[in-house]
Amino acid sequence: MDNSEKNVLVVGGGIGGITAALELASCGIRVTMLEAGPSIGGRMIQLDKTFPTLDCSTCTLSPKMVEVSLSHNIDLMTVSHVTHMAHKGPGFLVGIRKNPRFVDAKKCTACGMCSEACVMKGRIPHEFNMMLGKRAAIYMPFPQAIPQKYIVDPERCLFLSKGKCKKACIDACETGAINFEDPGEDMEMFFDSIVLAPGFDVYDPTEKKELGYGTLSGVVTGLEFERICSVTGPTGGDIQLNGKKPKRFYFIQCVGSRDRQSGARYCSRVCCMYTAKHASIVRDRIKDSEVYVSYIDVRAYGKGYDEFYKTTQENGALYIRGIPGEVIEGNGCLIVRVEDILSGEMRDIEADMVILATGVRPRKATETLCELLCVERDDYGFINVDAITPSKTNVDGIFVCGMGSGPKDVPDTVASGGEAASRCMEYIGKEAS
Amino acid sequence: MIVRVFGQAGSEIMPEQTATRVLTCIQCGKCTGGCPESGKTPFNVRMLVRKTQFKSNIDEALPWYCTSCGACSLRCPRDVKPSEVIIELRSKLVEDGDIPVTIQKALENTFVQKNPWGRSRNKRADWVEKAGFEIPHVSKTESKRLLFVCCIQAYDPRCMVIPVNVAKLLRAGGMEFGILGEEEACCGNEIRRIGESGLFEELQEENLGTFKEYGVKEIVTLSPHCMNALKKEYGNTGIKVSHYTEVLARMIADGSLAFPGSFEKKVVYHDPCFLGKQNGIFDEPRSILKAVPGLELLEFSRSRETSLCCEGGGGRMFFEVESVYQRNAEVRVIDAGMLGAEIIAAACPFCVMTLEDPATEKGLAVKELSEILVEVI
Repeated sequence: MDNSEKNVLVVGGGIGGITAALELASCGIRVTMLEAGPSIGGRMIQLDKTFPTLDCSTCTLSPKMVEVSLSHNIDLMTVSHVTHMAHKGPGFLVGIRKNPRFVDAKKCTACGMCSEACVMKGRIPHEFNMMLGKRAAIYMPFPQAIPQKYIVDPERCLFLSKGKCKKACIDACETGAINFEDPGEDMEMFFDSIVLAPGFDVYDPTEKKELGYGTLSGVVTGLEFERICSVTGPTGGDIQLNGKKPKRFYFIQCVGSRDRQSGARYCSRVCCMYTAKHASIVRDRIKDSEVYVSYIDVRAYGKGYDEFYKTTQENGALYIRGIPGEVIEGNGCLIVRVEDILSGEMRDIEADMVILATGVRPRKATETLCELLCVERDDYGFINVDAITPSKTNVDGIFVCGMGSGPKDVPDTVASGGEAASRCMEYIGKEAS
Repeated sequence: MIVRVFGQAGSEIMPEQTATRVLTCIQCGKCTGGCPESGKTPFNVRMLVRKTQFKSNIDEALPWYCTSCGACSLRCPRDVKPSEVIIELRSKLVEDGDIPVTIQKALENTFVQKNPWGRSRNKRADWVEKAGFEIPHVSKTESKRLLFVCCIQAYDPRCMVIPVNVAKLLRAGGMEFGILGEEEACCGNEIRRIGESGLFEELQEENLGTFKEYGVKEIVTLSPHCMNALKKEYGNTGIKVSHYTEVLARMIADGSLAFPGSFEKKVVYHDPCFLGKQNGIFDEPRSILKAVPGLELLEFSRSRETSLCCEGGGGRMFFEVESVYQRNAEVRVIDAGMLGAEIIAAACPFCVMTLEDPATEKGLAVKELSEILVEVI
């Protein structure tokens, strides 16, 4: 079988999609990778460290991202999405909308002068930093972004949205890479098989009024805290709150997981461990910190996880069995009201920061994607898979990996990316024989 | 203290659904952490749910601490509805007659006079005299719009002014309405929460019969507790039920009610549990207060969904708990003082009653919303 004549579409450029794409490409299959955002890397590249080893997330993932960009067998399309699909034999005819970046990738040297010159510089909430930091209208989402090319946000660029701007970026760009006329591209391509890696969103805890997210300063989500800890984050890795160094940290688990009230009765599978990771990071970086972790039960099921939980406790994080009922405003601090169930005592614990271990939700775009591809989803919106072939969807030839089919941590997502790639090759092989 | 043993009998009185729900409790403690009583008093809602799972001994005094604020049931991740479990526990106590004397009295009064205070039923419309204008029986109105007065506001000298005020306000806004007078019976909201579901059903049946007899199409309630019962616990009646603040807010928005006067005070609004967290009415009372010229509206840090319960609901009006602790009403008044408020405004007669004592002590005034509004029309 000559794989070079085989084409596979991978939708999603997170660690799951990257794993599947690299494995397929290494077998000589031509891969087209669609990424909705300006860079690949997905959620994992937003993480400061990964549990249980506390490895630097960027250091692990960045080489793989570079590999994607260098692979001759992978054609990467960013700010792109599927528009329609038709079956063609055992394969698929797929419509793709490639939105304009407004920056010519061949000319852009990623010098960053455009971003410096942009009048919107430091004024637009930065998605990559969970809206904590500010960016310009022409920007690179993070230093290790792939492709290493700038992009214009058409909704926030004054010229593109309002037609009025002095266009300082154009003057600043020495290679003339910026092109406001870029129309993008619509195309239709044939693929022998499709791998979906749509990823996940984080639960928005605003509706949990009792926890004060959005109303009390110092209450943040797990992924926001991840950015606060990260060297590429808004504070350069310095854990800060309104310019001050917080000392007392309170972590609350199962926010929006195992919770009928927010419509998610499932366990998100990552929060227990990422909270242990956060607690470890805080104890390591702020030596005189007080760290509390409220839990219902600690789910440390993976290899090395329970050991990591124990180490976190040894390092001084105090675990409290009991979920706080309320976070209220105290005198210059937050007060967490919790029943310490194991002692039967009610406690009002003062904290500077309260970190909500928010659960995961299917990525919003998954719904449209699945409708276009006739892929079935479960009641929560995760993609339905076969019980003993966990990458197989209801559509022959369409496979799924990562959080798209349900909560998974990084190791499981990587494993599922490999599984999806091998099932995909199996399908293509059958086709050929 | 008498300790009661719930044997297998416990499961008999507990409806199957509740029993199944109770079994799914994962003891996360979310209920206790947000409970206005747990931690301050011997009451621990999570522990009571746990003991119910085991059908084990429960101190008889405990279930009576619950104020029925509803926070636990609203926030429970597994939908165990702890506050309903408390009602079940109370039901058993009521069934056996092992209940505090004052609660017993309130139930008897409601049975006989259709109000927990035992005041004569034929005096239920006495407040009308103070209105200074005629208020028709609902059957005589074109709109068949009923102003549902509520027991405490029909009889209590402190609260009788509230129906008078609201009547004046509705009249000023050009809205037609009528009353039932002595034909109105207690809504039963607290009666159900005390655990007397039989009596609640009787009241429900009587009121629904009266509504039907006079062709009532719409009900405006004065108390959030009545609104809750009529709207959510009377079944599908086909009658539109609103709280009076919803009606006034609409009148202000469409221009039919205006406040020419001014009220130069700093006012902090306290969200009643049955109006706010349990029925989602947060904005209407605020928009009304904001429409009052000169009034400066302040906000508690714990407001809206996180408002601190005043401890007046769920039968607590009829029962003085044994333990000594700082009452939430006092905490509320201290918070109001720190904000620099001169007046605490509430839209619930129970809140007014519980907040007033500590407020008077600390030199603050408590006003039911309508008391402010009648000063400016």
